Amino acid sequence: MSFVYEKLFGDKKGMVGFCILAALILVVFPLFLDSFRLNLVGKYLTYAFAAVSLVLLWGYGGTLSLGQGIFFGIGGYAMAMFLKLEASSPENTAIQSTPGIPDFMDWNQLTELPMFWMPFNSFTFTIIAVLVVPTIFAYIIGAAMFKRRVGGVYFAIITQVISVILTVLIVGQQGLTGGINGITDLRTLNGWDITSDSAKNLFYFINCFLLLGVIIASRFILTSKFGRLLLAMRDKEDRVRFSGYDVANFKIFIFCFAAMISAIGGAMFTLQVGFMSPSFVGIVPSIEMVIFAAIGGRMSLIGAVYGTLLINFGKTAFSESFPELWLFLMGGLFIAVVMFFPNGLAGLWEDYGHHITKRFAFLKRFFAKGKIESTSVDGKLEGAN
Amino acid sequence: MGGYSYDELGAIFAMQGFAGISLFSVLLLMALGLAIIFGQMGVINMAHGEFMAAGAYTTYLISSLTETYIPAFMPYYFVFSIVAAFLVAGILGYLAEFVLIRHLYKRPLDTLLATWGLSLIMQQSYRSIFGAREVSPTLPDWLMGAYPATDMIDIPINGMFVLGLTIFTTLAVFYLMFKSSWGLRVRATTQNRLMAGAVGINTKKVDRYTFALGCGIAGMAGAAFTTIASTGPTTGTLYIVDTFMVVVFGGAASLFGTIASAFSIAQAQSILEFFISGSMAKVFTLLTLVIILMFKPEGLFASKVRR
Amino acid sequence: MNMSTNTDFTLAIEDLTVSFDGFKAVDSLSFYLDKNELHVVIGPNGAGKTTVLDLICGKTKSTSGSIKFLNKELTNLSEHEIVRAGVGRKFQTPSIYENLSVMENLEISYPRGRGVFGSLMFKHDDEVHSKIMEVASQIMLVDFLDTEAGLLSHGQKQWLEIGMLLIQDPQLLMLDEPVAGMSVKEREQTAELLNKISQGRSVLVIEHDMEFVARIAHKVTVLHQGKILAAGEMEEVQKDPKVIEVYLGH
Repeated sequence: MSFVYEKLFGDKKGMVGFCILAALILVVFPLFLDSFRLNLVGKYLTYAFAAVSLVLLWGYGGTLSLGQGIFFGIGGYAMAMFLKLEASSPENTAIQSTPGIPDFMDWNQLTELPMFWMPFNSFTFTIIAVLVVPTIFAYIIGAAMFKRRVGGVYFAIITQVISVILTVLIVGQQGLTGGINGITDLRTLNGWDITSDSAKNLFYFINCFLLLGVIIASRFILTSKFGRLLLAMRDKEDRVRFSGYDVANFKIFIFCFAAMISAIGGAMFTLQVGFMSPSFVGIVPSIEMVIFAAIGGRMSLIGAVYGTLLINFGKTAFSESFPELWLFLMGGLFIAVVMFFPNGLAGLWEDYGHHITKRFAFLKRFFAKGKIESTSVDGKLEGAN
Repeated sequence: MGGYSYDELGAIFAMQGFAGISLFSVLLLMALGLAIIFGQMGVINMAHGEFMAAGAYTTYLISSLTETYIPAFMPYYFVFSIVAAFLVAGILGYLAEFVLIRHLYKRPLDTLLATWGLSLIMQQSYRSIFGAREVSPTLPDWLMGAYPATDMIDIPINGMFVLGLTIFTTLAVFYLMFKSSWGLRVRATTQNRLMAGAVGINTKKVDRYTFALGCGIAGMAGAAFTTIASTGPTTGTLYIVDTFMVVVFGGAASLFGTIASAFSIAQAQSILEFFISGSMAKVFTLLTLVIILMFKPEGLFASKVRR
Repeated sequence: MNMSTNTDFTLAIEDLTVSFDGFKAVDSLSFYLDKNELHVVIGPNGAGKTTVLDLICGKTKSTSGSIKFLNKELTNLSEHEIVRAGVGRKFQTPSIYENLSVMENLEISYPRGRGVFGSLMFKHDDEVHSKIMEVASQIMLVDFLDTEAGLLSHGQKQWLEIGMLLIQDPQLLMLDEPVAGMSVKEREQTAELLNKISQGRSVLVIEHDMEFVARIAHKVTVLHQGKILAAGEMEEVQKDPKVIEVYLGH
């Protein structure tokens, strides 16, 4: 039992951190935020999937992908295609010259649904597509690159170029993809109104549970031998190779896994926000996902979630009042995080958090004399840092 | 291509080819700077496009000032603005190296993020200073117009001027890197930093000037850029990806590779643009590059070295 | 050429050449290694010693020639396949995972759970534990199992890397300068260790320290400019005038 527990949550500190995060997003936010703000947090939390994926890929694996937007986008578009087809029933689109196809296709003089849209009439297919298409795509990229020992800076650039290609393609093929505006006006899921507050609240909780599930799955990977191998590869790739491991396979697996969880985030984004557009696929969103992970701490799964929330709260607050300051601040954050605190918020917590814990422990001792064990446990934890 | 006669096709290729030469010039100048910085120092400069924009804005500024205060000087200002663009971008690069890059030499991925941050700051500075609208300098008359070579082919003069500038710069870079004692020091530092330091080369100084030179050349690319398009705060971002592809595709340490790759990318892009939409031309060009690089990740002109 | 006949040797290198842009770092080299043999390769800097190890373990691909290990052609296998066939290689500078403990270093090297899913499901059971203890006692690091590997002395790091190979039970062990940077006492202990572990397997060592070579070598091969200059017993080789001229003389 304790084996399973350790596998899923790491040490005691990991468990506490996980529970605090769960309480924050499952209890505190829903209690204190109105429906609009909660939906906004839900949107931010979909980016956290990508940030968590970068902790695995970049923090532990040492492979920086500047293309997580690709997978976020594929997931989001797959879901949006399904919802759009449902919204484009012949009855809803009777005024179009070709009823029954999405409106943007009609505007672009298409007269029938393109082949690759057909399967997205099925919800089951869509769910499978959200999970499988990005994984296959990542496998192709990963196999081509990692088998040829391409990594580091080259990998970052190639993934960035692929995200540019995908964005240009989506924008250019307006009739097939909805172009720059994306796929909009998504209203129902199997007849159920997804724009209602109750639906949005439900999606928020589904999103939270999926995110927590992804964190647990990632913990499982990181605490297994696989996780230690990732770190070992990051630091001494040749030694791992000459210990009989096919390094490329491990990198491909983690890249595919990272792609899949980013895609889950994308699909949840579409469901909660009600549209998908190329502005969530290209260079800028992809690199923003990296800064979310970097601010939270590239080695901390939970930190990545806080990093995402913090930056997005900041972005919303700033772009409401001082839009021009935001880019300066963002740029400054990029520079500060790599130069002064490369381990992000989680690193700061590791370095300075024990001061706070100590003060807390002192208070606890003050109020509940006799509970000496608790302080000694804290002392031990500090020693382990 | 069925609808065109052979004569027409020939003219189309020639015209698009000349249009491609301007793109080639800008890409090559950008890539030269980037290749020096990346190939020699292993630093990824995501703000390279913004240094180009710095050069373009410098040209715009000098043009506006000349027009307002000394209109008689208008025919000549452009030549001076190229030098000014080089200096402004170079000095900015020098400062960036001093403040930022030198602390990150052993962490290439972090340099990438830090320079991205720098590019955001520079973009926003341009927006605050020059406004979000795109601007263009008033070009001197002699740069305008075209020379009619045949009745179907016009050669744009600005393109030829920019090509001349590019050839000159390329030769100067070649001389500097491969024939001068300074270049020898740069290459020595690249190959063995410790040893270079031990034989008395000030490697820190070499790094700083190399970075400044790369950025300065990007500034010249910016001056050249003003002759073919207008400049906005995000202009640099549009070119950075293509420039990276030029450098990677050419093989990072090869000057000849960089030239060949800039030429083929610019021409492919430009000629395809006539037959399919601009965005699809870009998709095809980039996709082809990515696929080639997946089979030949070291680029086209990398040499086999003993590891 | 690669169809050459099977032999009794653990390792049979025939007519091996590798050139880098025309420079032949290893030039039609032929070389044989017996079972239970501890063979030392010496030679001046740039003789191609490390390149030979790189070729055997697949780090560098040969231009032509054949490398057979237990009659299995290695030249077209990838690195991890060569390791799994039973070839272990220690690098010139100790290559260990500095941030992991000695125990974890050995555990990662344990030859089970080498696939993606195998590693996800890998359990540190009794079998793994007893093997780690066995190797740790061989390499004299039992008391350091929980120490972070980066904190070990230089000599201990060398031993740890040897241990990481031993835990895989390779039939051929290749060591690139195993006593570099070691104290006199550590050298003695290492000589003892090598003599012990060469039983039941073949060991190929690159070394500069002549005194150490004399202590451990069954046979010595002198490499010069990618070719074999002399081979045989240590005493014979030391007397060879060609060898004295290029290497031992100065």
